[in-house]
Amino acid sequence: MSLFVDLTLNGITYGVIYAAVALGLVLIWRATRILNFAQGALATLTTYIAVSLLDRSINYWFAFAAALAAGLVVGALTERVFIRPLYGKPELNPVVVSIGLLILVESVVGAIWGSADRGFTPAFSQYGVDIFNDHLDFSRFDIFVLGSVLVLMLAMLVLFRWTSLGLKMRAGAFAPEVARLLGVRVGRILTVGWALATLAGALAGVLVAPLVLLSPNMMDPILVYGLVAAVLGGLDSPVGALVGGVVTGLGISYVGGYLGSSMETVGAAVLLIAVLSVRPEGIFSRPRARRV
Amino acid sequence: MSVHASSRTTRLPGLIRLPDQPLVRHLLLAIVAGGLLLWLTFSVSAFDNTELAEIGWYAIAIAGLSVLTGVSGQISLGHGAFVAVGAYAAGLMMEHFDLPLIVPIAVGVAVAAVLGALVGLPATRLRGPYLAAVTLALALAVQDIPEKFSSLFNGDEGIIVNPATPPHSVPPERWLAWITLFSALVTMVVLANFLRSRFGRALRAVRDDEIAAAASGLHPARLRVLAFAVSAATAGLAGGLFALWSGIVSPDSFSLFLSIQLLAGMVIGGSGTLGGAWWGALALVYVPEWSMSLSGHFNFSSGISANLQNAVFGVLIIAIMMVAPSGIQGWLRSLGSKLWGWPGHRRAVATGSTPLPAAISSPHSSTTSTTEGNIP
Repeated sequence: MSLFVDLTLNGITYGVIYAAVALGLVLIWRATRILNFAQGALATLTTYIAVSLLDRSINYWFAFAAALAAGLVVGALTERVFIRPLYGKPELNPVVVSIGLLILVESVVGAIWGSADRGFTPAFSQYGVDIFNDHLDFSRFDIFVLGSVLVLMLAMLVLFRWTSLGLKMRAGAFAPEVARLLGVRVGRILTVGWALATLAGALAGVLVAPLVLLSPNMMDPILVYGLVAAVLGGLDSPVGALVGGVVTGLGISYVGGYLGSSMETVGAAVLLIAVLSVRPEGIFSRPRARRV
Repeated sequence: MSVHASSRTTRLPGLIRLPDQPLVRHLLLAIVAGGLLLWLTFSVSAFDNTELAEIGWYAIAIAGLSVLTGVSGQISLGHGAFVAVGAYAAGLMMEHFDLPLIVPIAVGVAVAAVLGALVGLPATRLRGPYLAAVTLALALAVQDIPEKFSSLFNGDEGIIVNPATPPHSVPPERWLAWITLFSALVTMVVLANFLRSRFGRALRAVRDDEIAAAASGLHPARLRVLAFAVSAATAGLAGGLFALWSGIVSPDSFSLFLSIQLLAGMVIGGSGTLGGAWWGALALVYVPEWSMSLSGHFNFSSGISANLQNAVFGVLIIAIMMVAPSGIQGWLRSLGSKLWGWPGHRRAVATGSTPLPAAISSPHSSTTSTTEGNIP
């Protein structure tokens, strides 16, 4: 099939993975106004947990579920231990702490599992399928990636819109004081928010590991692209995260395919600067007055 | 021990009174520090002199970042990019032309300053997290450019830079230490005066309250670009000196990790302070060394010892942010003002202006963190 179609499909696969990372960033940003740079490192940790289960020849699905569960636990712990003391501090402080956490977690992962690249075999074939007597660079695994991110997004939608926990989370982010007066345990809600966000990152980790090689800093570029996606979407909008993710994925895929893979990072930077020059708060943000 | 309200004079414990004139005071301090450092370069080994040179260029880079992030309140997670640009520009000049050392280094500074101003232009409209994302993307991108234009930059191999030729009888390591430390002291004097000038005051005013500053006739956008350019120029100088120090300029030296290291150095030393830049530089040079000898001492496995220094940096950053967010310099200042009544002048905790609208504690947070409640 033509290069363009292959690049498009490839871009969408990567794009939804960036969208999952972006969703995690957006969830945390909405609830706590913190940009979590440790998101990628935490996802690397959960992915290594999955791979060490696979090494013990445990079923892929069990390892997959374990990674997501580990994401919940690690996210909740991070919020409780590292982030909670920083609420109300200058906005640079949690940014710096999350960067400290990034290099700490990556070096702990490197110390435990070694720094060498390694493979991660998924349950599905990564070989492209043949359709209409033509080879398409789109595998069953790619379909699985799309499906699982879609399920994640739908689950989040259901959670936030139709459950009482979701209502409490929206209330906690929207007006913490009022929510607390009405009996919402805002502190706990924030912990749950971080847990869910890290789960989204953990999903991105296990999905991207078969595509790139697994290594302690595997998620560094993925985090940056996820951040680009979240920022393009406008940090406050989960829908924006999905759209931003796909736009970023497509953009990077085209740049990499037509200009060479070394231009991917440059392309991401240019895309980001170009969009933000026109809309400084992302595509899906509403202009709003800053408080004086 | 009496704690008096501080006078306008900067006093050190008891005896010494420093002059009021900022330029005179900064020059005096620099000359004293220069004398001590000169003595140090004579009394330590060649290897230690190389490390002194490393401390010099780190201190310059951190000081530049500190001006941007600490004083102007703009977060840069990609300062390594400006160091890289300065190093490549200076390195290419040194490779192709036979000029006095100051020319290629000045070119590096100029190129970095231009790039800084260019990045600063869109940055004027961007708030904290958006700016952080742009600078982070930039740091990632700059590493890949040499590979794309490998005929000019020699790709992954990098450019070989010949060491500076010392006047005879001076060992090259000591000469290198002199060059970087002298540059560092000059940078500190220039930056100290810049921060005490009307530009410095204006930057702090814009950081603390942009609207009030604009209403007072300042131009926040211009000042932000200025801060970016000054900070990038400083990083470019660090880059040129890095090229001399390392002898090779290749993409490997400018990974994302360099930017994170500079941020770590700034935080450890105390952001927004020039003294803090030196503490940060010391930490960046000696923490890896100590962690190496530590893991040698305890016979850690290679996996642990390879990762120990980053783990230590991670822990240090987190611990300092939790316990003493104004870093070593801020801690020293508060200690000094407790013990000897030093003026606790200038805000040492010079992080970004807007506090987080604490979801936990602040009653006003809903005004800034308005989100549409019906979005999943």
